[in-house]
Amino acid sequence: MATAISVRNLRKVYPGQPPVVALADASIDIKDNEFFTLLGPSGCGKTTLLRMIAGFEHPTAGSLTMHGENLLDLPPYKRPVNTVFQSYALFPHLTVAQNIGFGLEMLGKPKAEIRQTVDEMMALVKMTEMADRQTGQISGGQQQRVALARALAPKPRVLLLDEPLSALDFKLRKDMQLELKRLQKETGITFVFVTHDQEEALTMSDRIAVMSAGEIRQIGNPRQIYDQPAERFVADFIGDTNFLPAEVIDTKGQTVTIRLSSGKEIAARAAEGGSHKGKVTLAVRPEHANIGPEADGLLGGTLGEVVYFGTDTHYHVALEDGTGFVVRQQNRPDAAAQFSTGDRVGVHFAPGIGQVLKD
Amino acid sequence: MSKAFNISRQNGFTTIAITCFVLLYLPIVLLVVYSFNSGPSVAIWEGFSWRWYQSAWENDQVQEATVRSLVIALWASAISTTCAVLAALATTRTRKFKGQGAVFAMINQPLMVPEIVTAVALLIFFAMIKVSTGYTGLAYLIVAHSAFCIPFAYLPIRARLQGMDLSLEQAAADLYATPFKVFRRVTLPQLWPGILAGAMLAFVISLDDVVITEFVKSAGQDTLPTYMLGQLRRVVTPEVNAISTVLFGISVTFVIAFTVLGKIKN
Repeated sequence: MATAISVRNLRKVYPGQPPVVALADASIDIKDNEFFTLLGPSGCGKTTLLRMIAGFEHPTAGSLTMHGENLLDLPPYKRPVNTVFQSYALFPHLTVAQNIGFGLEMLGKPKAEIRQTVDEMMALVKMTEMADRQTGQISGGQQQRVALARALAPKPRVLLLDEPLSALDFKLRKDMQLELKRLQKETGITFVFVTHDQEEALTMSDRIAVMSAGEIRQIGNPRQIYDQPAERFVADFIGDTNFLPAEVIDTKGQTVTIRLSSGKEIAARAAEGGSHKGKVTLAVRPEHANIGPEADGLLGGTLGEVVYFGTDTHYHVALEDGTGFVVRQQNRPDAAAQFSTGDRVGVHFAPGIGQVLKD
Repeated sequence: MSKAFNISRQNGFTTIAITCFVLLYLPIVLLVVYSFNSGPSVAIWEGFSWRWYQSAWENDQVQEATVRSLVIALWASAISTTCAVLAALATTRTRKFKGQGAVFAMINQPLMVPEIVTAVALLIFFAMIKVSTGYTGLAYLIVAHSAFCIPFAYLPIRARLQGMDLSLEQAAADLYATPFKVFRRVTLPQLWPGILAGAMLAFVISLDDVVITEFVKSAGQDTLPTYMLGQLRRVVTPEVNAISTVLFGISVTFVIAFTVLGKIKN
């Protein structure tokens, strides 16, 4: 697939004492028709990067091209990208239909064409009945859909979305996630989506770039990011993870054999690009581990809290070496509670499940 | 926990507040009351009549001065508001530049410099122009009024611009609007309450001015306030009260409108 947006060593430093590095030499290739997500905590540089693509911020160094064309020389109004703002930024003095038609009007399209496209867009986001409403008279979810339609109407090749769902309540957010994914597939437009919500990123994206402190930590599809986190930050930020101290005793390509603190040995995957010698950290997802009798476990410990969550139960185990370990097991009505607080238990996980982190 | 400090709960608060309001408004109330006096005194009440309003209405000099005041105030508010909009855009919609504070102080200079200094300076400056060009029209007064009205128009417009959501203008630029179209289609429609408020404030300030007008005006160019000042030097009749009451009424109307405009949401 062709590259839509190519970011090369993009850097943004805000002057000050000391200077603030908002983005440190970021490089990404975003492909055509891709749902690409920039994920990270607030202040990680994801919004800065998005605003640079839109043209609202200027990089200190680096290059930014779209389909081979240099974007950095163009002011925002000449860039063939559109943005859905976090605050929606709908024009309060215009109606829903006028908002959606604004971009086409600015491009100087004929009136008939504008009307037709606006009608299509309103149908697409199911806002046809609201065409003549003022933007202050519609709900937050509806405003969100208008903002989306307004950005899609000029048919940009790349759509930028800056945390567009963060102001919506839980139920509406779930619906909009599916809606956005559907729109992206139907229109074939490349979406660059910024969020701090890991679940949102995992459910919607084709690929995710995890960012922290102005740096891109890992790029991959949701499965890679979740199952094979490269480093501790990624493993910790996305989902829950148990970190175990371990020692590498054998390496075969991406598969390593490690020795746990209990002395038992097991195969694990190694993160790409890291050295896998000596002492390492092993990441194991709570739902990838099981709890059982102490004798059957890879690691022994004492069961602490048992927290019931409806769909599953979390077992907090204090391991022999002092580290805590959480096991998450799905609840079934036919299974009786096997263990209770204070019991000696064993923690087990299958070979190849654990991920040896880069750092 | 003790209750938060509240000044209105302090001893004597009500008394002081009432005293202040009485001192502020009693003279105005008296002025308004005596404008309806049927007698020729501004201090001895003889009965109710519209006599002095009629007399002021029929007074040619009052009519001329009123028209002149309105012409000057309209021009001055139009010119100063235009300048103020440009100045407000330049100080809120550009990247921070060196000397921004100095520019802000210079725009607001008429608020700081004693009016009499500006008046004398303008008198001398305009005298030089008058000598070399021979022009003695109203333009001098209009220019002078425009100058000292700028900060009054500037402040509400700037406040409105600062309160506006910048992302709206960015959204317009993102949707292919050139900077000029962003201003005309997005900024201006939201700015107009501020512009109107600024223009009205400038209008009232111009209408009310005595000091600078007195120095700058040529012979026979009395505005309403300078005409009234001239009248006070001769015989004081309730006609002055009547004119003042009308001016007061206009000012109050404008201040109310100004307050209402300030409350219109983005």
